[in-house]
Amino acid sequence: MRAVTTLVLTLTLLGCRKHSAMPHATESGGSATVADATRDAFGQPSGWLTEAHRRAFFVGNSFFNLNWLAAPASVVDRDGLGPLFNARSCSACHFKDGRSRPPDLGAPMSTMLLRVSVPGPHGAPVGDPVYGDQIQGSALPGVPPEAEVYVDYTEVAGAFDDGERYSLRKPRYRLEHLGYGAVSPGLLVSPRVAPALVGLGLLEAVPEALLERLADPDDRDHDGISGRQNRVPDVLRGTLVPGRFGWKAEQPSVVQQSSAAFVADLGITSSLFPAENHTPNEEACRDLPNGGTPELGPDILAAIGIYARALAVPARRNVDDPLVSRGEDLFGELGCAGCHVPTLRTAPLADIPELPAEDIHPYTDLLLHDLGAGLADERPAFEADGREWRTPPLWGMGLVKKVNAHEFLLHDGRARNAMEAVLWHDGEAASARARFTALPRAERQALLAFLASL
Amino acid sequence: VKQVVSRCEAATDARAAGLQFASELQTQDTKRMALEGRAGALGLVAVLLTLGSCAKRPSAGTLAGSEARLSDAESSTARQALATYASIAYAGYSDSAMTARTLLAAIDRLIAAPDAAALAQARSAWLLARKPYQRTEVFRFYDGPIDRVELRVNTWPIDESYVEAEVGNPRLGIIDDTRAYPELTSVLLSSLNAKEGETSISTGYHVVEYLLWGKDTHPDGPGDRPFTDYVAGTDGRAARRGRYLRLAAELLISDLESVRDAWAPDRPGNYRAAFLARRPIEALALALKGMGSLSGPELAGERLTVAYETKAQENEHSCFSDNTVNDLADDALGIENVCRGRYEGAGRAVVHGTGVCDAVAIRNAELGARLASEISASVEKVRSIPAPFDQAILGADTAPGRVAIQSAVSALERQTKSLAEVAALYDVRSSEASRQP
Repeated sequence: MRAVTTLVLTLTLLGCRKHSAMPHATESGGSATVADATRDAFGQPSGWLTEAHRRAFFVGNSFFNLNWLAAPASVVDRDGLGPLFNARSCSACHFKDGRSRPPDLGAPMSTMLLRVSVPGPHGAPVGDPVYGDQIQGSALPGVPPEAEVYVDYTEVAGAFDDGERYSLRKPRYRLEHLGYGAVSPGLLVSPRVAPALVGLGLLEAVPEALLERLADPDDRDHDGISGRQNRVPDVLRGTLVPGRFGWKAEQPSVVQQSSAAFVADLGITSSLFPAENHTPNEEACRDLPNGGTPELGPDILAAIGIYARALAVPARRNVDDPLVSRGEDLFGELGCAGCHVPTLRTAPLADIPELPAEDIHPYTDLLLHDLGAGLADERPAFEADGREWRTPPLWGMGLVKKVNAHEFLLHDGRARNAMEAVLWHDGEAASARARFTALPRAERQALLAFLASL
Repeated sequence: VKQVVSRCEAATDARAAGLQFASELQTQDTKRMALEGRAGALGLVAVLLTLGSCAKRPSAGTLAGSEARLSDAESSTARQALATYASIAYAGYSDSAMTARTLLAAIDRLIAAPDAAALAQARSAWLLARKPYQRTEVFRFYDGPIDRVELRVNTWPIDESYVEAEVGNPRLGIIDDTRAYPELTSVLLSSLNAKEGETSISTGYHVVEYLLWGKDTHPDGPGDRPFTDYVAGTDGRAARRGRYLRLAAELLISDLESVRDAWAPDRPGNYRAAFLARRPIEALALALKGMGSLSGPELAGERLTVAYETKAQENEHSCFSDNTVNDLADDALGIENVCRGRYEGAGRAVVHGTGVCDAVAIRNAELGARLASEISASVEKVRSIPAPFDQAILGADTAPGRVAIQSAVSALERQTKSLAEVAALYDVRSSEASRQP
């Protein structure tokens, strides 16, 4: 994390930011912040949208919510579902633009998914020859779904330094009712919940140079944190570019991320991903009617692209609470802010020029970090190895309970609350976690109160 | 220091460019700081900001003492307006629950003796039930009583194939899928609502609407489901459809009654009691957020703009019955009702009192008057949209229907902007707008 020191110094001179945190900012998304703490908190448009983009936002929203239909349907704009799919709509998993959750015990996975692969060159995920790179648990009538995915948990006991005990749950995944025969031996699996969508455009608007400055792949500053950028294909340009979206930063842009999700999760093809999501070995999927070439029209994709990049960030709550202030200080002192960088700065996007250049407070560096063996999925994704995850932004996390009625965290939702999520941190975050477990109870509560205020 | 000042100003300009009501509620502190700076104390404020933000939060702490206060006169008018507001809410939900009961009775007659007349009467009852409910939508958007059940009550657009298989769509709906759902119960319908996303809707007004009208495939009229859909056949499907319809109506009644009771007078411990016990400025902030959210993102945005842009019938509010223009007009009227402090309902309930706009006018006469006139103007603009809505959205942008919709959108956006100004006038902080009573 080499550049942080330089950056902090610059910021201190310019505008007085002590250590890495901008203290007590309520406006996490800068001018794209909304004072909404209701269950609609994640679904609001950013105030800076131009009138034309504002219209596109609402159109994008409607396509985000609606259920796609099997082709051919009388409504041509929204047919093309499947033949294999995880969900019929974006909002099925990103309900109210929020975060999805793992299945109930004994129920098959429905609002999260399992990526699968076999090892390949450049870490590029090579799909299973039959099942491809994602298990789709649903299919059109007459087509077998790929599999039902179940999760089993093992409780792992631990204790804070003061003796208070805790228990974490470690997941294992089971594939049942395989629709197309056996999977490859040694199949690599990576479970993913759907994250909340707030502030994605702001994260795309952080200039690459700033992220490069934050990166420290060889840990030259010897702080034990070696954030690095993923290098992933830009499918339209055919080049390798830095990744910043997805749990392993596998996607370079919101539009590519959305298009990838459309094809993989819904079976909706687009100009970026024109091929359906089944393999040639899934015969029942072949030669079915499609919903157009591509199924997702360019206007709708553009509207979705505006929508997904203009969802505003909810304002922080309870910043006057001394416990929250103390927690914010601890967030810096423990070292959490080393990766969950509180303040970044945006620059206008080429196709959303009204997005202002300003400070935002996402609590991420968008870089890959080794989080240790406990969280590892052992499935590489381009430069990201099996132990690395991209630092997820923390803004809005305190409102997931309100919007989505759960508090599950981490890429697979194994953490039942924020405390468990902190305790799962290892690898580059081991020392920060150790400082957390050494805190007295009241101080631990302060950190959690801060997280809940985001 | 200079850098900080210019950054502050840039942020404020960016905000001023946006129309977002909710963000206005939240950003007042920063905005005020910048405005004070422009008023002459630029350097001083900048220094305070710079020094202050090193140790302390700039947004709420450093200037906390200057939060807006209401004078005695303002406070007393606000209290009267809030009491009227609560009475309108109670009257509106009482009428909604009452007309929903009438609807259930008509549905029972349809199921008992299905014929064309019984179906027509059930449809009329649905249309009558819509009027009072739409006028209450202004009470949404701030975690009030309706927000706890709204997803079950009035979600749209719905994917009708989630409820019932449709021609050309291979999917089995809840009604058809006797294997997955051998018995239809209200608990089941409730648990399936929004299960696969925001259009997988199994309950509420629009599900009842679909079951009464069916899909609208006619350019000049609504859906025309035949009454025989409710005549018991050998496959049991009509019986299941009837049972589903009845359960949906019952759920609607129980949700509406729970909201009505939350707004009922003289019930210690209910929402109304807590609402009226708040500081007037806090309760007023909630009322304003409801008005602003309904005017802007909901009516101007989702209900008008999306349909206008996509020209797709499925994006109209009541697409099966072709009642959309009435729905929209009653929504707009609901905003005018709380603005002017009046309610004339279907039932016995009539309220006349101090309106929210009157409370605004005590603080700023010009703004209060402007807001009231803009809100009344938007009611007229929405009413002028020619029915049926699914035809009004079609054609060239110069077509009368599209011109009318565009002008309704502009009127609603104008009042949204003024409502944001009102929020600024009261200097409402986000924590107040979002805190639960």
